[in-house]
Amino acid sequence: MSSTSAPDQEKNDDVRRPGELNARELARWGWRQLTSMRTALILLLLLALAAVPGSLIPQDGVDSLKADQWREAHTTLTPIYEKLGLFNVYSTPWFAAIYLLLMVSLVGCIIPRCLVYAKAMRAQPPATPAKLTRLPDSASYVTDQEPEEVLAAARKALRGYRIRKADPDGSGDSVSAEKGYLREAGNLIFHMSLIIVLVAFATGSLFGYKGGVIVLVGEEYGFANELSQYDDFKSGSLFAPEDLDDFSFKIDDFHAEWLTSGAGAGTARGFNAKLRYTAGTSDEKRYDLRVNHPLTIGGTDVFLLAHGYAPVITVRDGEGNVAYSGPTIFLPQSRNLLSFGVVKAPYASPEELGFQGLFYPFEGTVDGEPVNLMGDIGDGSHAMLSLQGFRGDLNLDAGPQSVYSLDTSKANMMSPDESGKAFNLRLGDTVELPDGLGSVSFDDVQQWNRVQISKSPGKEWALLGVSLALLGLLGSLFIRSRRVWVRARRVDGGTLVEIAALDRSGGGDTAAVVTDLVETLRGARTQEEKDV
Amino acid sequence: MSDHTWGVLSNQAITAAGVVYFLALLCALVEWSAWQSRARSAVAAKELVGAGAPADETAAEPNAADAVREQRAALFGRLSLLLTAIAVACHFVGLVGRGMAADPNRVPWGNMYEFTISGSFVVAAAYVALHRKLKLAWMAPWVLGFTLVVLMLAVVGLYEPVAPLTEALNSYWLVIHVVAAIIATGGFTLGGIASAAYLLKNRFPDAALLARVPDLPALDRVSYRIHAFAFPVWTFGVLISGPIWAHDAWGSYWNWDPKEVWAFITWVVYAGYLHARATAGWKGKKAAIVALIGLATLWFNFIGINYFSSTSQHSYAAPAAPTAELVETTR
Ligand code: HEM
Repeated sequence: MSSTSAPDQEKNDDVRRPGELNARELARWGWRQLTSMRTALILLLLLALAAVPGSLIPQDGVDSLKADQWREAHTTLTPIYEKLGLFNVYSTPWFAAIYLLLMVSLVGCIIPRCLVYAKAMRAQPPATPAKLTRLPDSASYVTDQEPEEVLAAARKALRGYRIRKADPDGSGDSVSAEKGYLREAGNLIFHMSLIIVLVAFATGSLFGYKGGVIVLVGEEYGFANELSQYDDFKSGSLFAPEDLDDFSFKIDDFHAEWLTSGAGAGTARGFNAKLRYTAGTSDEKRYDLRVNHPLTIGGTDVFLLAHGYAPVITVRDGEGNVAYSGPTIFLPQSRNLLSFGVVKAPYASPEELGFQGLFYPFEGTVDGEPVNLMGDIGDGSHAMLSLQGFRGDLNLDAGPQSVYSLDTSKANMMSPDESGKAFNLRLGDTVELPDGLGSVSFDDVQQWNRVQISKSPGKEWALLGVSLALLGLLGSLFIRSRRVWVRARRVDGGTLVEIAALDRSGGGDTAAVVTDLVETLRGARTQEEKDV
Repeated sequence: MSDHTWGVLSNQAITAAGVVYFLALLCALVEWSAWQSRARSAVAAKELVGAGAPADETAAEPNAADAVREQRAALFGRLSLLLTAIAVACHFVGLVGRGMAADPNRVPWGNMYEFTISGSFVVAAAYVALHRKLKLAWMAPWVLGFTLVVLMLAVVGLYEPVAPLTEALNSYWLVIHVVAAIIATGGFTLGGIASAAYLLKNRFPDAALLARVPDLPALDRVSYRIHAFAFPVWTFGVLISGPIWAHDAWGSYWNWDPKEVWAFITWVVYAGYLHARATAGWKGKKAAIVALIGLATLWFNFIGINYFSSTSQHSYAAPAAPTAELVETTR
């Protein structure tokens, strides 16, 4: 259109410079391109392609530890990847560009179709085409019935179709029928629901948050929903700390069932944390927090994710003072809760003391090697703590350190005696450290739960959106939309009946529809003949 | 029956199913070769006639032979279907046995072995179920070959003893989510077979080997109908029940976990397939290619992600192994 209209316009209105016109035309052309089906298709495939890297490269938002490890291992690629945002694919501008374009395209495509649809809903089926037998799926036969009879029978046979009212000019030699109007409605609902889903999802990721915290089981411990209490915390860019719902809880007791036989022996199931919580100013309530059964407080969900042991360890230094004491969280390394943990006593004197090692909830010996048989601590008689000891500088001045790792680069290892490297303690044991540096004791075992707390506003809307989308999809895929025409005309030797059908949905078997209709119309006649 | 007996029964039923699938495959191949030689003889007859040979002599002979071939094809086609149905029944016993062998009893979807035997079961069962409605007889060797190979890979490479489900898997959403995912996977696989056949037939329209395969419009229609069935099931399984369960089990309904990302990719590609069929210039061949890309992403997700990605929460209950560094620190 640009080649013809541009010169025309110039003639009519030479005040306007051609450049302006072209820009407008370009915009219109661009809009039409963007809202075309082909563009939608290409954008869809592009979206699929763009989602790939995020599943192969560790993502900060999914597993930041993995992402950091990856960064350390690939020093040349990392700066390039950082620039491209490959550690945060799903929040990069280029990823957003694709889905926003898709959404614009969707709106641009759907709104005009809604308008067309609104008209079509009220319109009559189209007039019967002149040459029915030219259509791909058509049939014709000659009968000695009257045309009116045939058409009446056709109207009857086409029950469920919308039938065009006879033309006012009286050329009523045909029936034009259409059905499946709801198919397009389904299609429109489906596409509009996608927008609901996207908006709801975006709301969740912008205003939502997700944090984790390890809480010790027992009266004297607990959690209050404040930023400082979280071990890790991730939030959307529009989240504000005031959005944290006001609540607190304690875990009174934790229970797990241990499997003692079968292939799963030594592992646990049926986790149950007895929670006591208060929300805002309301009274204290109780809840059994289990896996797959989160607690919902206001808009916030509290989940039980993991559990483990916290051996109570006391370290005394060379002067007999308590340099460290308390339940120490050990992190499980396997499903039977063989766990790893660290103790740091930087104020011990004369030397800083540090320990790292494994906690065996139920230790046994296989071929002379100690192994952990199961995660159930039972009465504690098989629990063992196997710690490696270090003395000297724990390098705590160098900057923040994880409580779960020990920097041994400047420290020296200490051994209990010449033969062994680790201090092995059973519950209740105390072991002296060499050179009069003090002692370490294993006093008790407590349990901890790892709890995840999250809020994703708009999740109900997202669910509503996908559910509507599914409904619309079912309509758009399974409602058959087709037009059927029957024309009956008097010719030499009888009535010529022509039948044709057009499938508007793709995948429909219109040939069968035509055959069926022919059979019905002729069969109806045979029936009548018999009756006569 | 004890759990152990159920486990043994399951293994034996799977083996039996494999053997019967193999027999069914042989029958299907005999049927195909009958069609193939008929197609060849039709071509040969045409050529002979074209060359001016006396038509009545040459035409009579191939006709008699053709009739025999046709009979043979029909016989072996029926036999193949019957054997497939028997194999599917054995396969089903194998699945039930897996679930009954666990204590407590459960659905047989706890690990890769169980997912794989369930997925291949759905492919074969859907083939038998839709055989009449969609005229799928031509698909027999493809479906049987696929099922047999997958079943063998599962038994040889993925077998694991029966174990209870981990806690996070212990939810009725597991049943809903996995049933939907497995049914859709079976459906997409059948649809993909039709699309692959479309591409082959499109490329080699006269190949005698493809004589048994229906014509292009019919292939396209079958492929679309199967995909149109599988797509909403996948939508429900992956975008509705999946997130609901993820919300309950992991605390957020969408985590961009690799398994989720690939399920989404698969969904988008199949949406692309449905669009491609409605777009001028993309109908037929290009749409079939998009469908096969979709199938590739589906199976990559099913198998590949478990091996290539360690960050997936969907690692099917594999316990985290202690790292070498940690083992070193003791003793
Ligand atoms: C988020 C992206 C999109 C998804 C997931 C999606 C998905 C789908 C699906 C599954 C269908 C199949 C329904 C059927 O066969 O009737 C469909 C049809 C359709 N889509 Fe989309 N779509 C998207 C974006 C778009 C856009 C941007 C446009 C417009 C440019 C569009 C226009 C259409 C049209 C016109 C149909 C009907 C095809 C027909 O006539 O059968 N879609 N879409």
